[in-house]
Amino acid sequence: MRPFTYERATDPAAAVAAAAAGDGAKFISGGTNLLDLMKLQIERPSHLVDLRRLPLRRIEDTADGGLRIGAQADNATVAADDRVRRRYPVLAQALLAGASAQLRNMASTGGNLLQRTQCAYFYDTSAACNKRSPGAGCAALHGFHRNHAILGASDACIATHPSDMAVAMIALDARIELLGAGGAVREVALRDFHLLPETTPHIETVLGPGELITAVLLPAPPRGRQLYRKVRDRASFEFALISVAAIVSVAGGTIDAVRIAFGGVAHKPWRALEAEAALDGRPATLDAFRAAAEAALARAVGRGHNDFKIDLARRTLIATLAALTEARP
Amino acid sequence: MAKSNPAVEPRSARQPARAPAPASGVTRKMSLRVNGDVFDLDLDVRTTLLDALREHLHLTGTKKGCDHGQCGACTVLIGGRRVNACLTLAAMHEGRDDGDDIATIEGLGAPGALHPMQAAFLDHDGLQCGYCTPGQICSAIGMLGEVRAGWPSHATEDVAAPQIDLTDDELRERMSGNLCRCSAYPNIIAAIRDALDRGRA
Repeated sequence: MRPFTYERATDPAAAVAAAAAGDGAKFISGGTNLLDLMKLQIERPSHLVDLRRLPLRRIEDTADGGLRIGAQADNATVAADDRVRRRYPVLAQALLAGASAQLRNMASTGGNLLQRTQCAYFYDTSAACNKRSPGAGCAALHGFHRNHAILGASDACIATHPSDMAVAMIALDARIELLGAGGAVREVALRDFHLLPETTPHIETVLGPGELITAVLLPAPPRGRQLYRKVRDRASFEFALISVAAIVSVAGGTIDAVRIAFGGVAHKPWRALEAEAALDGRPATLDAFRAAAEAALARAVGRGHNDFKIDLARRTLIATLAALTEARP
Repeated sequence: MAKSNPAVEPRSARQPARAPAPASGVTRKMSLRVNGDVFDLDLDVRTTLLDALREHLHLTGTKKGCDHGQCGACTVLIGGRRVNACLTLAAMHEGRDDGDDIATIEGLGAPGALHPMQAAFLDHDGLQCGYCTPGQICSAIGMLGEVRAGWPSHATEDVAAPQIDLTDDELRERMSGNLCRCSAYPNIIAAIRDALDRGRA
């Protein structure tokens, strides 16, 4: 690790002020991703602002029947929360599908959203990576890219966002609360928080300098059954090849509410609005699910090694919808 | 050789220069509470909890495997919860009065007075080379606490169910953060189940 200075923030406003003071400052919470990257000198902060003692750990009911999850609540506590398990099972399932028990005990909600990609070329400091070193090129484009993006990628970057939690959250229409310099509070739909790579893959979110995630806001649970399904190379402690978060309500054989999001497909957790439109008001049949899967992946681009992920995404979506609606082939 | 890509904006177009980093390691006086004792240290703030335990407190029972949170050999208990000591800084846990309670394998038992989970690992040969064992044992103790608290896992059919049916699939999933290159997994599962069944852990 490169040398840095360290301070423990005592209140959120002081944390924001400390982080905004210099561009080399970074927040640290669980540390599970940041310290990993600092050891490899991929992250090189000159100053760390430790958020762990901030009073941002509470999980509270909101007036509209939703839930406010403090950004410092750790992943294990959120997954174990009785309200999350009963009202937002897709979120508990997504959290429990991610990382290991030790890492979930450490990782914070806010940090999970800000974790960097698992692209091997981002991690390999001898390889070209526009995300790590803007303008250097992308070694993944013509390298080994079996687990890279199939939607929304660019010639500058084909990395994926690794979070499971965020995939469930965008299916739940989560919003995040941000605290900026001077005490400015704003809310952003989580769906709009992460950015596609375009020509600036090193800019991953809409966060401003020093801006701090203080909470994730879940609206009241949507109508319907919820399921998170994750497909990966080993049964546990592995990132997704493809994951699907789906929430489906069926009345009289007809789908009357549906939310679908994919993980492992893009530079951001991916809300599949085209698939939702293809299902809304349609009978809950495998034919309808197949049509929705075609719509969801219509603009997918494979680069060679990851071509299989396009069909895998279609099949995972169809299987998830079938499990939720008990439709049979 | 990396080729330059004109489609990408250089960092300077979007980001100001970094604040200067300190030229060398910055030290900090800190108090760590480990196994019930408080230790005063003067450490480079870059020191991970794992290195503080091993290199400065000479508690070498906690092992360094991958040093990247992938193997679980460094698992310790902080406030009774299992964590990877390699992916957290000692400074994040220090405090004479408000510091965290850290427990390592040395604090669980001693020769002649083993913790029940340690005894069960011996009884069932839950190891071959033994390098992953301190992490496995700390992890197993933390895991049983999670089960007692009713926490679900990825192997739990209904995450809203109040009771956990602790099948072998559940144990394997819950222990997946601890790798054993000797592959003593069947005996590790047997040891944990024995400690659980006898109410020893």
